[in-house]
Parts: sequence; C-alpha cells; structure tokens
Amino acid sequence: METYTLIILLLAATIRVATPLVLAALGGLFSERAGVIALGLEGMMLGAAFASAAVAAVSGSAWLGLGAGMAAGVALALLIAVACVTFRGNQVVAAMAVNIVVAGICPMLGLAWFDLGGQTPQLSNPGQRFAEIILPGAHAARSVPVPGLLYAELVSGHSLLVYLAAAIVPAGAWVLYRTRFGLRLRAVGEDPEAVETAGISVAAIRFQAVVISGLLSGIAGTYLATAASSGFARDMTAGKGYLALAAMIFGKWRPFPTLGACLLFAFTDALASRLEGVPLPVVGVIPVQFIVALPYALTVLLLAGFVGKAVAPKSIGVPYAKDK
Amino acid sequence: MSAERAAPSLRRLEALVLPLANLVLALLLSGLIIRLIGESPLAAFRLMLSGAFGSQEALGYTLYYATNFIFTGLAVAVAFHAGLFNIGAEGQAYIGGLGAGLVCLGLGSLPFWLVAPLAIVAAALFGAGWALVPAWLQARRGSHIVITTIMFNFLASALMTWLLVNILIKPGQQSPETREFAPGTWLPSAHDLLARIGLSFAPSPLNLAFALAIAASALVWLVIWRTRWGYALRVAGKNAAAARYAGISPARVTIAAMLLSGALAGGLGLNELMGAEHRILLDFPGGAGFVGIAVALMGRNNPVGIVISAILFGALYQGGSELSFDMPHVNRDTVVVIQGLVILFCGALENVLKRPLSRLWSR
Repeated sequence: METYTLIILLLAATIRVATPLVLAALGGLFSERAGVIALGLEGMMLGAAFASAAVAAVSGSAWLGLGAGMAAGVALALLIAVACVTFRGNQVVAAMAVNIVVAGICPMLGLAWFDLGGQTPQLSNPGQRFAEIILPGAHAARSVPVPGLLYAELVSGHSLLVYLAAAIVPAGAWVLYRTRFGLRLRAVGEDPEAVETAGISVAAIRFQAVVISGLLSGIAGTYLATAASSGFARDMTAGKGYLALAAMIFGKWRPFPTLGACLLFAFTDALASRLEGVPLPVVGVIPVQFIVALPYALTVLLLAGFVGKAVAPKSIGVPYAKDK
Repeated sequence: MSAERAAPSLRRLEALVLPLANLVLALLLSGLIIRLIGESPLAAFRLMLSGAFGSQEALGYTLYYATNFIFTGLAVAVAFHAGLFNIGAEGQAYIGGLGAGLVCLGLGSLPFWLVAPLAIVAAALFGAGWALVPAWLQARRGSHIVITTIMFNFLASALMTWLLVNILIKPGQQSPETREFAPGTWLPSAHDLLARIGLSFAPSPLNLAFALAIAASALVWLVIWRTRWGYALRVAGKNAAAARYAGISPARVTIAAMLLSGALAGGLGLNELMGAEHRILLDFPGGAGFVGIAVALMGRNNPVGIVISAILFGALYQGGSELSFDMPHVNRDTVVVIQGLVILFCGALENVLKRPLSRLWSR
C-alpha cells in the first residue's frame, strides 16, 4: 500500500512536470513538420511565462494572464517567422536571438515595472492562478483503497491547463493527419517546391505553423508561471524548451510518441527529485545529476541511431525561395 | 551586369558597413527599450562607455571579459567556416576549463613554465574532446549538430555539477568549489606583467590569457586563410558536393573543424580559472559560449572582426554592470538584450539591410 501510494504520487508529479513539455513539444512538432527549426520554444515559453504572470498580477485574472501568455508566444513566433520565412534568415540564428533577447528583456521589464529584482509579484489571490481542480467525488473516492486513490491523486487535482494539454495531443494529431491543412503542412516540410507547384503558398503555411508553435508554447509558459508556480522568476524555463525539443525528436516528429517522450522525460525529473540522497538497494545513492542528464543522453543516443532511427522532415532548416 | 565590377566594393561594404549598420540598429532598438522603462538611453550609453573605458581598472575588466568572448567567438567562427553551427561552445568551455583546472590542481608543484603549457594543452584537449562526439555523430551518422551540441551543454552542466559537488569539492566546505590552485600555476595578471617593465596599471582580472586569445586569433587567421587545410575547410563549408568532387572529405573536415572549435572554446578556462578565479567553480563560463555566437556573427567570422566585436561585448558587459549603480533599472540584462538583438540583426535579419544598402552603395 505504501509503495502504491508512492507510485501514484510519483506519476501525479510526472503529469505536472510533463504538461509544459507536452504543450511546447507539440508546438515544436507543428513548426518542424512545416520545415522551420523549433529552437525558439525556450524563448517563447519564457516570454509567455513573464507576460502571463505580469498580466495576472496586475489584472488579478489568470484568464487574462493566459491571453497575454499566448499573445506573447505568438508575437515572438511572428518575429521568428518574419526572420526565417519572409527574409529567409538562418533559422537557428533567429531562434537563438529570440531566446537571448527574451532572457534579458523579461527580468529587465520585470525590474522596471515591479521593482522585485526581476520577478513578478507573488500570485496569491485565488483568481490569479490556474488552481488545482478537484473532480467530483474525488474526496469521497479517497477512502476507496486502490482505484479511489488513483482517481483522487492521478486523475483529479490538476490545473485546467493539464487537462488541456492532455486533450491537445489527440487534437493536434487529428489536425496533422486528418485535415487538409495538416497534409499541406507536412508536405511543406518535406517538399516545398511540390506544394508551391500545387498553387499553395509555402510561406503562408510556414507562418501558420510557427504561430501554432508560439500559441502552444505560450500556454506552456503560462502554465509554468500561473499554475506550476505563482509568478515569474528569472530564467524559470531553465532549458525546458530545449527539453521539449528533445522530446519531440525522441518522439520522431510524431504526436503520440512525442507525448510518450515527454512523459518519460518528466518521469525521470520526478524520480530525480524523489531519489535525491535516498540509498537504493544494490546500487546505493544514485547521483541526482545522472538522472537529470538522462533525457539529454537518450536524445543523443537516438539521434546517433542507436535507439531506432529518427528521420527529420526533409526540408527542415532550409529557407524556401520561390524564385529559385 | 555591373555586379562583377561592384564585387570588391560590395565585399568591403559587407565587411564594414553592414555589421556597423546592424549594430546601430540593435543599439537604437535597445535605446527604445531603455526609454520605455523610463530611463534616458543617451545617458545610459554614456555611462556604459565610461564604465567600460573610463579608467584603467574599467579597461582591464573590459579586456578581461573580451578574452572569454574572443575564445568562444573564434570557436563559433571556425565551425561556421566549415558550415557547422556550434551551439556547444558553452559546454566545451566548461569541460575545457575542467582540463586546465585538473592540471593546476594535480601538478601545482611543477614550475610555471612547465605547468602552464600543460594546462593550455589540457584545456584544448578537454574542449576538443567534448566537441568530438557531436562532431563524429554529425560526420558519420548525420545527427544534427545543433541539437547534439545543445544536449552536450546540458550534459556538461550535469557532469560538472556532479564532479564539483561530489568529487572535486574542497573538503569541509559548503559551496561546490575546488581548493585554490597553487599560486605558481596562476597566469600572471596584466598589472603584475606591466609593473615588471616599469609601467603601472590598476589591478584588474585582466591577465596573460588576453595575449593568448590574440595569439589564437592570429593562428586561426593563418590556419583558415593560409593553409591547404583551411582552404579545404572553407570549401567544404560552402559546398559539400564541390568539396567531395575536389577530393576533400566533408566528414573529415567536420570532425577536424569541431575539434579546433572545441579546443578554442577551452581557452576560456585559461582566462577564467587560471587567470582570475584560481579554482574550479560552478558555471564559470556564464553564458560566454552564447555571446560567442553574437561575436562571431558581428565579426563576420573573421579573427580581426571577432577581436573587435569581442572587445565591444566586453565593454557592454563591464559597462552594463557599472551602469546598475547609477541606473538601477538598466543592468546586465540590458546587455543580454543588446546581445540578442545583435544576433538577430547581424545573423537572422542580415538580408534586410543588405539589399537597400548595396543599392545605395552602387548609386
């Protein structure tokens, strides 16, 4: 029973850690399947985290915060799209530029507006955050031993954005594989010339794809600042955007395997914080850094072709020139 | 077409006017942001300038920061010439510094003239070693080097945290740092060196590593533009198919270029650890690997340009930290914004200004 409770709590922590990864990784998937490298996830998430926390703090509404977070994500995505699609700039450079500008401008504006050393004010009023939702019957279910605890701790008790993230994966998969837009988007990532020949604008599709990635990273950033914690702190994404990108690669640019990778990476994270300093049978204390490094090492191994083969969209990173 | 005739002046335009115009654009935009938060941009830039060059101490700090940026800028540039984007200079500098630090800790009793070259070689070897795996994976298995070098930054960070917390930490101490290196292994500081020839210079962390960085720049120039190997590297970077046709192996170039790149990034450890901190500590590269991207882009991957833009960024870093005394709302973060904008304008948006400027030029 003790172990069961522990596992349930570990899985619940996994879901909470996975949520921003899932949202950002799915956004990255749209961008990369259209042929635009999604290195900007980190910056879009961080910008959204700041915008949502700032607006939620001032307005008192988490929903306005979410709107601001999504708007910030989209604005940064548009900047990337203009640089990469319109001006055919280097996609890696554009994304790194956005990541660095955002890393500097958020604490700078935060300091100027709130004078709290670059942070935003603590979101302490109930309406300012996306609080945990207790599903009906969760309290009563707790007394039922096995399935009751599962329902009360694992299914119930997450913020709205967690359920949104869970719903968005099948929705994203449907858009990508079952709609005309999704077909065109995937085609642009593989063979833009063919798409242009069919009379469809490569630039328009890529713009839309990058904006979707901004929108989803925006929700991810909002989750970090207004649900997972209560306010913005300097560099609070701490590489989660890159981790989401790694998860998307680990999922081989497909929605459900990407979800699996996010859950796996989140599980290692949840496990790392639980195993810190705890001696295990046989192996003893596992240094927490080894577990932290695991997702990155796994991604490198996958990219090296030692754990299956990851094939990127064919035209990824290549600016499309119509007149060529 | 007049394009052929205009070529030399156009190239000069690209080398000089374009980076300057982009820098001005980046500064204008950051000025706008400073204005937005209610400070005077002109006063801020004036304070920054005097904070960076106003005294001997300020100048020392500026050049000390610039030393890091020269090393990482060269690292990024060498990879660029081979057509590779090395985002891993940060991790390579971190591990390179570990190499130099281990030599200083382990062989501290040896005389300086022996331990210093050994530490330099160790920094280069460790940095190159950390670049080798992504390089090999790119060359032999086609793994995207941008992603693998990012992953290796995180791996380096985890490895160094583990080493410093569990293995290398000075016993009986809380913060994860090694013990201090023996004074015999320290790179002499600029004020000591200048005092020896009878010149007085205010104390600052500026040290011999600056001279090493300049020497490295000269060496990179020689290798890239004056050797057969450098030619092969540039050909492979411009056009892999043409290189293969000419009997150059792009895979081999990829590995060699990344080894050189990682070794150069390792130079940061010499300045930061042997020159200034005299111990290994957490996160000593402090983002210099990413500044290197901005420096290389602005310097157009040319060693002279890299030294100039590294000094510019050194001035921004030093001036930026001085600035926060007078303008509490304008600080290092402002410099990070400028750095990002320089990358944006010089790198991603370079095509925006190119056409109108060259039209203006040919008039």
